Amino acid sequence: MEVGLAVNGSVQRHDVEPRTLLVQYLREACGLTGTKVGCDTSSCGACTVLVDGESVKSCTMLAAQADGTSVTTIEGLGTADSPHPVQAAFREHHGLQCGFCTAGMVMASVSLLEEIPQPTEADVRVGLEGNLCRCTGYQNIVAAVLAAAESK
Amino acid sequence: MIPAPFEYVRASTADEVIGALVEHGDEAKVLAGGMSLLPLMKLRLATPSVLVDAGRVPDLSYVRQAGDVIAIGALTRHRDLETSDLLAQHCGVLRGVSAEVGDNQVRHRGTIGGSVAHGDPASDVPAVLLALDATFAVTGPNGSREIAARDFFEGFLETALEPDELLTEIRVPKTGSNGWSYQKFNRRAQDWAIVGALAARVGGSTRVALVNMGATPLRAAGVEAVLAEGGGVADAASRAAEGTEAPADLNASSEYREHLARVLVRRALEQAAAAA
Repeated sequence: MEVGLAVNGSVQRHDVEPRTLLVQYLREACGLTGTKVGCDTSSCGACTVLVDGESVKSCTMLAAQADGTSVTTIEGLGTADSPHPVQAAFREHHGLQCGFCTAGMVMASVSLLEEIPQPTEADVRVGLEGNLCRCTGYQNIVAAVLAAAESK
Repeated sequence: MIPAPFEYVRASTADEVIGALVEHGDEAKVLAGGMSLLPLMKLRLATPSVLVDAGRVPDLSYVRQAGDVIAIGALTRHRDLETSDLLAQHCGVLRGVSAEVGDNQVRHRGTIGGSVAHGDPASDVPAVLLALDATFAVTGPNGSREIAARDFFEGFLETALEPDELLTEIRVPKTGSNGWSYQKFNRRAQDWAIVGALAARVGGSTRVALVNMGATPLRAAGVEAVLAEGGGVADAASRAAEGTEAPADLNASSEYREHLARVLVRRALEQAAAAA
């Protein structure tokens, strides 16, 4: 079946099997490997992307379900020279260690700050409960999200 | 993990969903948000040969007043329920429990109808609907019918829905904002409840429901009976595990779950009373 969607603002159109997962589509059809597959069971959040502006776990969504939507991945958020405020805050506050969860953490944080622009620390911790950091570096991740909210 | 191959049918109306179900019988499954079904398909625990995507049926996502009840479209997402002003005013318990489902990402996709139709006894939403004596409107090739929540959940992942029927609307009574508490016990914040206990004031009575204490969501009949006779919280909570068949798994033995049920029901009753 043909699936067409806007990925980071550019139109993508591919012929895929119906069982293709969105994360597979992004990584393999679109070549955007910033989005990671972690647990592959919708627990860890490493595959988090934005679909029409809201965080979703792309390992548990079919590409077919995203047909016609607008998807944002970590590649679409900012650049090395001009990072998104959340990316800049993660760098500034060292909100990462090994980096595997980072793309998902950043995307989940962007969505969270859309819904709660000025969160409390508790809001951030609850809001990121769907994202696991295998380095257990949560302290700096939470600090980064709070700083990003301040900087906006 | 990739699901087994299937034919994908995108329906744009409820009638198209039902038509596809009639055509393909029990080979077909309805896809709403996919938060329950897709994990099962990835694990190959479910291998439908036809997937009928109802996710874009436009008129099944709403929360509105309908006389004495609040009517909720089956495709309304948990996110829309946890932020609903109407529910905040008229059914705070459903709003609050919806906010406890999974995590943000799951609530952005998952729907109330999907959760109900999946019939998982470890899910949060079916238990609150059972406690509220909700009514489910379903439509099939021969028209529509209503099913009471107490008649709907028949067994583990088994419901009264026929293979060619679509759940379209959930109706709940107006219970006000407060007077409820949901105690969810789990290891990680986003996990299913190892045990959950809900207490809610509905009309003049206190309803108590249990999550993950049997093959279906359950009402704690013994607890409700003690409360109806004017008994105290401690006496009532001591009967929380009566009539349950708690599963044993790597998280908890049956005996531990029974203990949790008694403790969580007590906490739920105390907090529901404090929040009234």
